[in-house]
Amino acid sequence: MYTQALNTAEADDRHLEDAAQAAHFQARIDAEERIEPNDWMPAAYRKTLTRQISQHAHSEIVGMLPEGNWITRAPTLRRKAALLAKVQDECGHGLYLYAAAETLGTSREELVDAMLAGKAKYSSIFNYPTLTWADIGTIGWLVDGAAIMNQIPLCRCSYGPYARAMIRVCKEESFHQRQGYEIMLTLCGGSDEQKAMAQDALDRWWWPVLMMFGPPDATSQHSDVSTKWKIKRFSNDELRQKFVDATVPQAQYLGLTIPDPGMTQDAEGHWRYSEIDWTEFKQVLAGNGPCNRDRVAARRKAHDDGAWVREAAAAYAAKRAHRQTAQAAE
Amino acid sequence: MATPNTPLWEVFIRSRNGLAHKHVGSLHASDATMALHAARDIYTRRGEGLSIWVVPSTAITASDPAEKGMMFEPAESKIYRHPTFYEVPEEVGHM
Repeated sequence: MYTQALNTAEADDRHLEDAAQAAHFQARIDAEERIEPNDWMPAAYRKTLTRQISQHAHSEIVGMLPEGNWITRAPTLRRKAALLAKVQDECGHGLYLYAAAETLGTSREELVDAMLAGKAKYSSIFNYPTLTWADIGTIGWLVDGAAIMNQIPLCRCSYGPYARAMIRVCKEESFHQRQGYEIMLTLCGGSDEQKAMAQDALDRWWWPVLMMFGPPDATSQHSDVSTKWKIKRFSNDELRQKFVDATVPQAQYLGLTIPDPGMTQDAEGHWRYSEIDWTEFKQVLAGNGPCNRDRVAARRKAHDDGAWVREAAAAYAAKRAHRQTAQAAE
Repeated sequence: MATPNTPLWEVFIRSRNGLAHKHVGSLHASDATMALHAARDIYTRRGEGLSIWVVPSTAITASDPAEKGMMFEPAESKIYRHPTFYEVPEEVGHM
């Protein structure tokens, strides 16, 4: 579902590498060539991408939790089937992304362990609770809407396996936003209570969704090198503005109010939003959001509960391999 | 001792910058290096590719096309996995 701009690119060890190789690498990037797993790449490029892609993968997997919370309580069978399909997609996206990250040389087991140990980050948005059914509509509409805005440029990222995974993800993601908006439309065309529920969900999610695009450009430490390497094509603030401009008319159509009384439309038609509370963002990233502990605990439990399955599969494969060797020897 | 049969290899070619390798066919060769050279000569005589993968055919596990009905049945009934299943009014624009 989402990658967040949380990475601090490591530029420190670049001077140790061969300058000619580094120059050749940059020339390939500048010529819009895609970098593939066996190509030479600076250690910092590898490290930055491993972190970004694995954080993206963790976000997809943790992102199943807030929505999974409502599968058994979806209001109709139609909604239930759609939500289940969406959560399945998120799982698939996580797996594509782990595979892309693995091409950089770190195993999926190591990446997952880092997340379970609390050493790896995932998108801040999944540390908020889903209190009502309207939250499911809002997540599809806004969280997936923001994710699409961020992921489309990643389809042209300089690292081939990541770009190709993102093309697949974006293609599948297109239903997610529509199903969310459809839920919102239904609620907004319903009773006063239903409409109030939709407004309440928008009120709670709006600001955390804007934070999904990461810190403002002025304070974002990694943008320069990520831009130079064409991992990033647009700045956090550019993407955030694009998202806001696309979303305001959608909210107006629903008859909902964006919870930002200071919002104005400028002469060029851009919707200018008020100051974002970055203290909240930092708190959530530091582990103090409403659901951080729950999310990690749920992932750890799922991982532990699945241990016997992994062990059984490995034991079965070993038994079969042993039998084949024994038969070959006869 | 009789000469063993020459192993079969599957050939995958990346046709353009940024695209995935795609299966183009197979060939016989006695080892990986020879398979790579043979793949170049057989499958890229007109500049069809930027890079080649060769994989021993025995390393491939395939589904049975005769059982495609059963294999892919789970996806067939799930029209709600497609964006067009959801109604978004035209006034809202592209989503």
